[in-house]
Amino acid sequence: MKIDWIGKLQHLLQTLAFCLAIATLQVMFQPERPYAPPLAYSLCIGAFTWAFIDLGRHLFPSAAETGWPPGWTGLALVAGGIVGGYFLGNALADLACRSFGWYEGSAPLDRAVELRNSVLITALAGIAGSYYFYTVNKSAYLERKMTEARRLANESRLKLLESQLEPHMLFNTLANLRALVSLDPPRAQAMLDHLIAFLRSSLDASSASRHPLSREFDRLRDYLALMGVRMGPRLNTALNLPPELAQVQVPPLLLQPLVENAIKHGLEPKVEGGSIEVSARRVDGMVEIVVRDTGLGLAPAQDAAGSRGGGGLGLALVRERLASAWGPAASLVLKGDAQGTVATLRFPAGATT
Amino acid sequence: MTTALIAEDEPLLAQALQQELTRAWPALQLLGVAGDGKSAVTQALALRPDVLFLDVRMPGATGLEAATDLADQWPAEAPFPLLVFVTAYDQYAVLAFEAQAVDYLLKPVLPERLKSCVARLQARLAQRGAGDQTQALEQAVAQLRQLIAPAGQPTSARPAPLQVIQASAPGSGGQTLLMVPLAEVLYFEAADKYVRVLTAAAEHLIRTPLKELLPQLDENLFWQVHRSLVVRADAIASVERDEAGRLTLRLRQRPEKLPVSRLYAQRFHAM
Repeated sequence: MKIDWIGKLQHLLQTLAFCLAIATLQVMFQPERPYAPPLAYSLCIGAFTWAFIDLGRHLFPSAAETGWPPGWTGLALVAGGIVGGYFLGNALADLACRSFGWYEGSAPLDRAVELRNSVLITALAGIAGSYYFYTVNKSAYLERKMTEARRLANESRLKLLESQLEPHMLFNTLANLRALVSLDPPRAQAMLDHLIAFLRSSLDASSASRHPLSREFDRLRDYLALMGVRMGPRLNTALNLPPELAQVQVPPLLLQPLVENAIKHGLEPKVEGGSIEVSARRVDGMVEIVVRDTGLGLAPAQDAAGSRGGGGLGLALVRERLASAWGPAASLVLKGDAQGTVATLRFPAGATT
Repeated sequence: MTTALIAEDEPLLAQALQQELTRAWPALQLLGVAGDGKSAVTQALALRPDVLFLDVRMPGATGLEAATDLADQWPAEAPFPLLVFVTAYDQYAVLAFEAQAVDYLLKPVLPERLKSCVARLQARLAQRGAGDQTQALEQAVAQLRQLIAPAGQPTSARPAPLQVIQASAPGSGGQTLLMVPLAEVLYFEAADKYVRVLTAAAEHLIRTPLKELLPQLDENLFWQVHRSLVVRADAIASVERDEAGRLTLRLRQRPEKLPVSRLYAQRFHAM
């Protein structure tokens, strides 16, 4: 385990400053007594307690992630650290006071009162100090967690964007566009319009968190129109969205990876091509969207696991977005055979979480 | 007259390349367009073009697979076509093409780039007219061999060597698993979506692609002899060469003969 020694030194210094403050308070309440003994006791007990707790917590494997043992273990560590710190600190301070003669000149003490006071002060100071460090540690941990979560979210957005703006797809589309410009200018213009809408939605998808299903289908139409120009008669497409489902809110580009997989791994590599159909319907209070292609089907080694070639990333993205929008209520099932592949997506018809 | 064949699955791109070629090389006679990797091979064998434009990503077979199949089936007496690979975007393929001095074009094909490609093709054809016809094929085979060579994989990244092939028993619906010791396997053959595993007495089907199996096999014992064939070296009884220079393997324990691809033929020579 890696221990941040600079951080530890900071903790020790903070602890010692705290002990200094306690000693000062003690002296202020009993100004007639010498200054040295309370200072020695306070510093010794504080330093030992710090060492037990702050160094000891790294001995617990359960503290690896948060830096602090959870629940009773943590409390037991604090209690043990305080008791251990008290006895060891007391012994050392006593030794120091005797050998340097710091007790001289002080009035004889009431041992019972003295014991009660020192135990009380040690316990209170130990608990207060531990609580302080625990809080500081916890907020640092939460901050780390948040940074990590933010990084993951950014990464998945970037992945989606990368899969959208795949260079092979872009350059092939541009090559087709270049050919159309001289052969059929109106068609070139229509293709360019689809490309513009497709690019805009790909870039916007990373910001908007929900959009209506009708818009999702528009984006699929753009993508399939581009692929239709490229593949010519090898590709047939059908999109069925009943009007009553048009306003259902979904995460942007939820369906895109499924359609892309159907084209890329099902239809594009198939010599005679085929058709793709995307249809939505309402079943038992759920929205069911089916993406069906008549392509090559799933590669045998990659069926149930849901990864087919480069399609694994796309499917992982769809699952991730389903889970974050609807939790376990949503599902994605993929089935492939010689007739092609069917991806069935279901999520609650009501509002998203 | 110089002839050319285009293999490209996207109809508009094929049409555009034809147009651009007519402009850049008016004397070139275009023999047509093949829409997939397999028909590219059959059409090229039938039409014997001087130049073959091959899209890298095609249905049926990739451009590279089509080129190796063509090299295997090409008659020895005819000059092998000059190959030009066409790709939209493929950094690794382009690096390999550069390294092997193989001609390639990037889509969209720009007129300037096409012009210099045409000039290079014309120079090669002029050179070739004087030389030996078999040389073209040998050179192409040497280049293709380099292009398909797996990128050097560090031995540490290799998966553990296989000891047993796990195949589901035919007709069991995946309920029964057969454990076939690797020592019994004579050869592997890629067939469509499966890999056939042949022992002296039986045949099993597994779903792991040949490409994933290969790194798990001892390369000194299991030799790749064809794009779709990996044979156990000590199961081979003899290697025969026909008049066209093609090699055929006979096995000790099985009756069938196996073809050796020209790309892997250099492994077989007398000690």
